Amino acid sequence: MPTVFAEDSVGLVSPQVLHFKEPLPLACGRQLADYELVYETYGTLNAERSNAVLICHALSGHHHAAGYHSPDDRKPGWWDSCIGPGKPIDTRKFFVVSLNNLGGCNGSTGPGSRNPDTGRPYGADFPVLTVEDWVHSQARLADALGIEQWAAVVGGSLGGMQALQWSISYPERVRHCLVIASAPKLSAQNIAFNEVARQAILTDPEFHGGHFQEQGVVPKRGLMLARMVGHITYLSDDAMGEKFGRELKTDQLNYDFHSVEFQVESYLRYQGEEFSGRFDANTYLLMTKALDYFDPAAAHGDDLVQTLTPARADFCVISFSTDWRFSPARSREIVDALVAAKKNVSYLEIESAHGHDAFLIPSPRYIQGFGRYMNRIAV
Amino acid sequence: MRADLEIIQEWIPAGSRVLDLGCGNGELLAWLREHKQVHGYGLERDPDKIAQSLERGVNVIEQDLDLGLDHFGDDSFDVVVMTQTLQAVHYPDRLLRDMLRVGKTCIITFPNFGHWRCRWYLLRRGEMPRSDFLPYTWYNTPNIHFCTFRDFEALCREQQLRVLDRLAVDRDHRLHALTRLWPNLLGEIGIYRVTR
Repeated sequence: MPTVFAEDSVGLVSPQVLHFKEPLPLACGRQLADYELVYETYGTLNAERSNAVLICHALSGHHHAAGYHSPDDRKPGWWDSCIGPGKPIDTRKFFVVSLNNLGGCNGSTGPGSRNPDTGRPYGADFPVLTVEDWVHSQARLADALGIEQWAAVVGGSLGGMQALQWSISYPERVRHCLVIASAPKLSAQNIAFNEVARQAILTDPEFHGGHFQEQGVVPKRGLMLARMVGHITYLSDDAMGEKFGRELKTDQLNYDFHSVEFQVESYLRYQGEEFSGRFDANTYLLMTKALDYFDPAAAHGDDLVQTLTPARADFCVISFSTDWRFSPARSREIVDALVAAKKNVSYLEIESAHGHDAFLIPSPRYIQGFGRYMNRIAV
Repeated sequence: MRADLEIIQEWIPAGSRVLDLGCGNGELLAWLREHKQVHGYGLERDPDKIAQSLERGVNVIEQDLDLGLDHFGDDSFDVVVMTQTLQAVHYPDRLLRDMLRVGKTCIITFPNFGHWRCRWYLLRRGEMPRSDFLPYTWYNTPNIHFCTFRDFEALCREQQLRVLDRLAVDRDHRLHALTRLWPNLLGEIGIYRVTR
């Protein structure tokens, strides 16, 4: 039992909850009258309130980004490799805020929460949210915490989209914007993968039109399939080849369809199983829609340069060589638009074998570049 | 600041937009930002140099110059700078054309292969010149496109570019009276300012 945590760990942390009573108008036209956000903080807010960093999570992420909830925890938070004393987001310097987004299934108000209008869980009646909606809700969290301006807003993948949206929606409230393994909008291929994932969930007989909770069941099979297809897109061909190759779990081929024969099958099933036990199907649908809908340039005649013109932050964009979900070329679109909009921007294209997942893996070059950028941020 | 950068900065107007190809540790851009309110970006591919640039707070974009400058729009910079890199790219002619597409003027420095020491080395030993200044063997060198001042100027003529300024200096970037007389023989490094 690790009662003593590593020196570069934020150690024991506990989530907090804030209740918001002012209605939040949403892009879909509806509003959330009342909602809660669960979040964690690491480090200390300085007297000038100038050292706050917001962490935006990706599709399956949540508020628990660093440290441990209990000394018995087997694993730390999902971005523990990058948050802590001496890590790129150094908690000796920064006050880090990490929340579970609205619509999530880790404590913030979402499809699993009680709908005040009906007294039953929202389920499918929970409004479809957008990245912009999230950013507005995060701004209210900042207000509540007394943070006028973030030293930095940081996110990977879908989290990177939120960081980018922050720089557009609240230009004066972001000094630095770090957009990692992300894209200015999804490609048709990206949307296609999301649609396969959604269909897996929607066609699961246990889904019950999104009201499975009331039936006391979980569309496990659909969620598992959705995660399996998603997971394939997070890894590179090389990474999969290296990790599993054609290695068999069995001694010989069974010539049937039921056995788990290849290691990669076993791995995907395990990932799917594990995920379907902890994640909400409606949240998964909602997250993929938020991804699909994200396209800040759409409101500006598809002109990303014009879209980014109001931004006042300095930017750091990072991509990974084998990421084919959000390839380096997609990050470069953001960089090129920022250069054309005369913004300060640095760009790193990190050699990595780990595909999209690379943004969660502490490879030396990534940590070095990320850390150097964070280092120079004045607080 | 590095001696060649000291010379170059004089050719860069205050408040201009600058693209530095192969920006190294970001020294030039950091200096220009501080002293001349220049808004600049550097392209670099060496991870350690990129890290140094980041630390300086310089805008550094990780990119291999051999991929060209397609990412940048026409006339998006006042000055495009490239120091000691022309000889190391795959297509110096295409890059030069590209530099003058995205920038109004270009400042380029490169080692002069027509320097008397190179000529003497080749004449006397019949081998590719090596020195402490250019220490590489022919088969293991980043410098794959050496040229002389005369060669470079011929390329400029071919691309209908105008040479606005030319300095021929020694390896320590000092000017000498004799070098002015016979630059292609006595100059070790050329510093050119070129425009369309």
